[in-house]
Amino acid sequence: MATDRRSARRARLIGRAFIYGALIALAAFYLMPLWVMIVTSLKSLDEIYSGSFIGMPQAVTFEAWGKAWSTACIGTKCEGLQPYFVNSLMMVIPAVILSSGIGAINGYVLTKWRFRGSNIVFGMLLFGCFLPFQAVLLPMAQVLGRLGLAGSIPGLVLVHTVYGIAFTTLFFRNYFITIPDELTKAAQIDGAGFFRIFFSIMLPAALPIIVVSCIWQFTQIWNDFLFGVSFTAGESSPVTVALNNIVNVTMGRKQYNVDMASAMIAAIPTLVVYVVAGRYFVRGLTAGAVKG
Amino acid sequence: MRRPLTFKDRLAALLPKLVLSPSILAVSVGVYLFIVWTAAISFSSSKMMPRFDFVGLDQYVRLWSTPRWITAVENLFLFTALFLAVTIAIGLFMAILLDQKIRAEGVLRAIYLYPMALSFIVTGTAWKWIMNPTLGVQKVVNDLGWTSFTFDWITRPEVAIYCVVIAAVWQSTGFAMAIFLAGLRGIDNSIIKAAQIEGAGLTRIYLAIIVPMLRPAFLSVIVLLSYISIKSFDLVLALTNAGPGSATEMPSTFMFSATFLRNQMGVGAASAMMMLMTVAAIIVPYLYSELKEDRNGH
Repeated sequence: MATDRRSARRARLIGRAFIYGALIALAAFYLMPLWVMIVTSLKSLDEIYSGSFIGMPQAVTFEAWGKAWSTACIGTKCEGLQPYFVNSLMMVIPAVILSSGIGAINGYVLTKWRFRGSNIVFGMLLFGCFLPFQAVLLPMAQVLGRLGLAGSIPGLVLVHTVYGIAFTTLFFRNYFITIPDELTKAAQIDGAGFFRIFFSIMLPAALPIIVVSCIWQFTQIWNDFLFGVSFTAGESSPVTVALNNIVNVTMGRKQYNVDMASAMIAAIPTLVVYVVAGRYFVRGLTAGAVKG
Repeated sequence: MRRPLTFKDRLAALLPKLVLSPSILAVSVGVYLFIVWTAAISFSSSKMMPRFDFVGLDQYVRLWSTPRWITAVENLFLFTALFLAVTIAIGLFMAILLDQKIRAEGVLRAIYLYPMALSFIVTGTAWKWIMNPTLGVQKVVNDLGWTSFTFDWITRPEVAIYCVVIAAVWQSTGFAMAIFLAGLRGIDNSIIKAAQIEGAGLTRIYLAIIVPMLRPAFLSVIVLLSYISIKSFDLVLALTNAGPGSATEMPSTFMFSATFLRNQMGVGAASAMMMLMTVAAIIVPYLYSELKEDRNGH
């Protein structure tokens, strides 16, 4: 009996060791590219070409970061990523606010003020979540041109708002459906109107989903490349397009440290959001799997 | 006695629809009208500028006789099959391990999932550097003493597509893991206990009982990963730029270069329509089943 129990314990211990071993090995694999990006960005070009790839830098230098931020060449201009980073901010902030705000009120109408056909409207919107944007690129380019918004940040704000509504509406609709109708009915009897109920009952209750929606939209829009590369050129490009241009420069000795510093600069905003509010990010991610 | 409806009452009744109408308009135009527009161009002879004549299926015939497009379609199938298989296998494995009452579960989960927060351009840039045949992983392994080791796939047309698979798997496994883990957490623990009392081993319990119970999670993961793979564009562009040659061309990169770089607007529109139909064939039944369940559930 005693040996039985001991061998069972040993088997359990081996099992636990295997589980932790596998988990740690996987974690190492998933962290490796981030590690490589960071150490490469902190090395001098000579050190990189002498063949140090994964190791710690012998001498830490922020030269590559400085270059990536303010002097690296994109096209014919050599001002670094800075102006494009600003472009991305100018694009992402209004687009996040607009799409989340519109999504919130849509979700409110679709759950508390249902009308005939409101389910069809929801279904129509939902397909927008999964639209392959290639199917709308051409007409969108034409329309932006006619509106005088071609190649501009406001143009991108408009595009991201239009195609963001689908997801934000889904978020808010699925959240508001869990708020009991009695609450809004009672408020109506007390004389509260459409907007009053929205602003003083629904919105305050919706704080978590507002965070989910804003984080999701921020990540999606910041990381967008397709719209950026299709609708902007040169100076009005967002940071992802500029990053791709830096990396694809073929002249001279390839500056891998500047490439990695640039990639880090483009990645930092969404990484920071992820570290600070990862829980909400995951909720946004799994909302696409409507049931999960 | 009923009070006659005042203007204010009527406005109040209209208000919800009024509030929703800009979105309905935006989506009707931005999604549905634009799809019709793209379809119209795909039936026209448009090259550099859009023209609205009608040439039937000419552009589709031209599309399917373009070797680059055939390569793109073949790549998409190969890529999707591998990407789904590997991502699901690793994601499920991770989720099962994480479900064993692990210490520091939150930290591990965060590590597996952070790539989803990155832009595909960042991922592509990083992996391009890692797979660099002269200075990347190959060099590290060579320096460790295994001098005959080569990892130059990214420069070899016949295997470059696997590089895209590796990077895409790295980026998306956390997503599959998150959905599987949510599914596992929804399973009643007493089922596992009962099976254990019956004497079933843990592996058997997972294969015979738990995995079949994860069917809804599998469905979601398969549908969403297929969608990711059909529209994958940025990753291919950043990692291989559809090359070497056109070895890693995908429908999305084909559409982009035909439309914006090669002045073949009609062919580009036809390829976009092919992509749309593929996505719709997967997504519409999925949404329909999810919504139907939703209605029965409430």
